[in-house]
Amino acid sequence: MTDATPVIDDTPPDTVWAERESWISRVPRSVGMTLVLVLFVSVWWFVTATAMVSPIILPTPLETVEDLVFVTGNLLSGDYMLPALWTTFKTIIYGYLLAIAIGFSLGIIVGETKFGERSIMPYLVGLDTMPKVAFAPLFVAWLGFGIASKVALATFIATFPIVVGTAAALHAADDNARMLFRTMGATRWQTLWKMKLPSGLPQIFTGLKIGAAGVMAGAITGEFLGGGRGFGELIRVAATQLNTPRVFSLIIYLSLIGLMLYSFVTWIQARFVFWHKARVVGGNDE
Amino acid sequence: MGAAAAAMDQTEQAADAVYRLTNVSKTYGRNGVVAVKDVSISLPRGSFSSVIGSSGCGKSTLLKMMAGLIPPSKGSIILQGEPVLGARRDIGMMFQHATLFPWRTTIENIVLPIEISDGRKAAEAAKGRGLELLDLVGLNGFADAYPSQLSGGMAQRASICRMLITEPAVLLLDEPFSAVDELTRDFMNMELQRICTSRGATAFLVTHSIPEAVILSDTVYVMAPRPGRVAEVVHIDLPRPRTLDMILTPQFAEIVQRIRARLDEGGEQ
Repeated sequence: MTDATPVIDDTPPDTVWAERESWISRVPRSVGMTLVLVLFVSVWWFVTATAMVSPIILPTPLETVEDLVFVTGNLLSGDYMLPALWTTFKTIIYGYLLAIAIGFSLGIIVGETKFGERSIMPYLVGLDTMPKVAFAPLFVAWLGFGIASKVALATFIATFPIVVGTAAALHAADDNARMLFRTMGATRWQTLWKMKLPSGLPQIFTGLKIGAAGVMAGAITGEFLGGGRGFGELIRVAATQLNTPRVFSLIIYLSLIGLMLYSFVTWIQARFVFWHKARVVGGNDE
Repeated sequence: MGAAAAAMDQTEQAADAVYRLTNVSKTYGRNGVVAVKDVSISLPRGSFSSVIGSSGCGKSTLLKMMAGLIPPSKGSIILQGEPVLGARRDIGMMFQHATLFPWRTTIENIVLPIEISDGRKAAEAAKGRGLELLDLVGLNGFADAYPSQLSGGMAQRASICRMLITEPAVLLLDEPFSAVDELTRDFMNMELQRICTSRGATAFLVTHSIPEAVILSDTVYVMAPRPGRVAEVVHIDLPRPRTLDMILTPQFAEIVQRIRARLDEGGEQ
């Protein structure tokens, strides 16, 4: 009605909006990890300080740290704990190498041949479902109280995931790649070496990582039972003396070995399987 | 004597054709499902042919038999005068997916067929030719890139190079661009035509896109399912080189319409 020029606002409504992320997701890794550790130690300290449990069952954080310092000093001065650590370390490495050799070969046989898949795999699955630790006394009986029986148990436990990982790896290659290799007239060996194994490396490494955890468990269990001279034996003795802080600090050192082994495998994987990024650092990546 | 004479006769017949399929059939399994029945096709040298049909019409089975990946149950497949009895070096093949291996650089992927058949040294020597092929498909500068750095269309170009590195007499294309987006696909089809023309290649394309078959081919074989057989042979008289705007011509629409009608008929059975 009026001649007055209507004020037209040409600017469209603002559609810039903030993408919200909850504060807890924005906590950086280092801060978050420290917080969790502090929280854990606080609860631990609280439980011991209020005498909710007997100090024989659960030592205070301080006692544990004190003992950890003692164990570290013992190791650094080359006292009796160092040879024990070395023994356990050797058991783990021998066991792991053997498990890789056996697991990989069996995995190839099972994954590559129909005979292996039909006739050997069922037995492997059957063996895998058994509680493998129960074989420990047998290994001692067969191989004696030395390092051999511990290596055998460690190998025994670690082999299965490597077999399964390798066999899965050989089945992982996709149909297109198989067909392509057939059209190129590739031999079985070429197909295995140039296609199936490289494309299955992520699965193989998954098996190797699970095997790394298994080899630790096997070595220590073997030492518990067989009167060995490794860290497992030290733990057993400390436990019978109700020296719980010692058990804790020995476990911490053992987990350092485990972590080293795992990180080493992860590092190798990152170098060899550069095209396949593991989604979680240190996690399984399937 | 008789056999020799017959062989002579066949060679003579095959003189104009790179591929000659005679009454090729494929029966699967114990209950005898007939996937392909009595297919006779011959591909003249330098021609582009397509086979089109709904899924399950046996076109993939046909292609696998031609590539020597599976044996036919009946009939004969002759390539360059020799029966196809397995994988052949004079066959180049390309699939729906580029299937480049991520641990090899682009050039290493391209010379892979040479590495498989003649070993590492020969593959190393073939890299120069590989670079020329990369140039041909417009990928110069990407020789040392890893497949993860290539787009879907670029990966398919690289797989074209891999197919061409052995200088095959015939190219078997199994829905090569069906996994890339449509804009890229049209463009890639024109590229494919250019490459085939420049090399005088004989090509055989399996597709379920009618316009794709028509724009590329001299001859389109329409397959009908159950049992898979050639229901109609359509000769495409559009001039060469084909261009994308030919899709808009009435002649093109008419051919597409004809093929579609034939396919619908087959589908109703």
